[in-house]
Amino acid sequence: MLKKLCQKMFGRSLWVYHANSGGCNGCDIEVLNVLTPYYDVERFGIKLVGSPRHADVMLCQGPAMRSTARALRCAYEAMPAPKLVFAIGGCACGGGIWHDSYPVLGPVEKVIPVNFYIPGCPPRPEAIIYGVAVALGLVDKKVAPVEFKQLELPIPRYHPADLSGRDEMVVYEKAEKV
Amino acid sequence: MFMSIASKFKEAIIGLKAGCVTLDYPAQPRPVAKNFRGRPIFDAQKCIGCAGCANNCPAREILVFDLCQEIRILKYLGRRCTYCGRCAEVCPEKAITMSLDFETATDKIGDLEQRLDLFMSTCQRCGRCFKEPSPLEQLKLKGYRFDDLVNECWIFRSRSYLESQPVVDDIKIELD
Repeated sequence: MLKKLCQKMFGRSLWVYHANSGGCNGCDIEVLNVLTPYYDVERFGIKLVGSPRHADVMLCQGPAMRSTARALRCAYEAMPAPKLVFAIGGCACGGGIWHDSYPVLGPVEKVIPVNFYIPGCPPRPEAIIYGVAVALGLVDKKVAPVEFKQLELPIPRYHPADLSGRDEMVVYEKAEKV
Repeated sequence: MFMSIASKFKEAIIGLKAGCVTLDYPAQPRPVAKNFRGRPIFDAQKCIGCAGCANNCPAREILVFDLCQEIRILKYLGRRCTYCGRCAEVCPEKAITMSLDFETATDKIGDLEQRLDLFMSTCQRCGRCFKEPSPLEQLKLKGYRFDDLVNECWIFRSRSYLESQPVVDDIKIELD
């Protein structure tokens, strides 16, 4: 549903606003790398704008800090209504390595709702382009949760009160019920 | 006048010589560089549940907790992982490999999670857990055999499993 809405609303171009709420500048460099002619992202119609009021998409880098959380929230509310938020980098997705220190509140989704996550520290420029392409519906996402489950072995729970000795053999009386 | 036109021609020739430099990335795959580290992949068959990766993870993204005496859960959340590779380096069984996978963009953060249920058995001397090598060995365990019941009066699972409570309290905070 989000994909359909995306294709309908942002059929022409996405204008992105670049918000750093306390990151280490690594993800900033990668995002600016995406805008260079080598990874020319303007072929998708993506353009960097300077004001959140002109933007459709907010690219968040860095965790939600105690000092910048309010400013980030204000910038999000200043964007016009059909809006997307990308969390770029490990800090914006999960809080970063210093997730448990005093000035860090946590991931940016504690302050603003996030639509797409691009993990990595920093993510490659290709990974950022891939995230944008997933949002635009050009490619499908590749990751899925992996779960390895043990086979449930048929282990009955015994109690010595239910055991009885018979001809040098121990017989469990409830064995048929288990 | 002539010099400025000549310099413009010169620039045009340089620009034409470079050709098209833009990558056609999402349409065509882009190979990664040598020694690239991507998402770690956990192999449940090799893992012995020593929790060395969880102790060494700088971002505290690998959680290990015991559901009961027999089953240990290793959970990799992958949200703030920096792909530093320390878990793969410290793993004694080489159960963690750093893959070349970088296309991990997703719309649900839970897609990055990996969860392993590890079967741990109890050492008869020290009471600690170790991993049985094969399912056949697991079946031969004390407690799964009927004739050992005379010596051991009660084969039990811990209360936490029966009441589905986590053993460690701070897991709730980590899992939100």
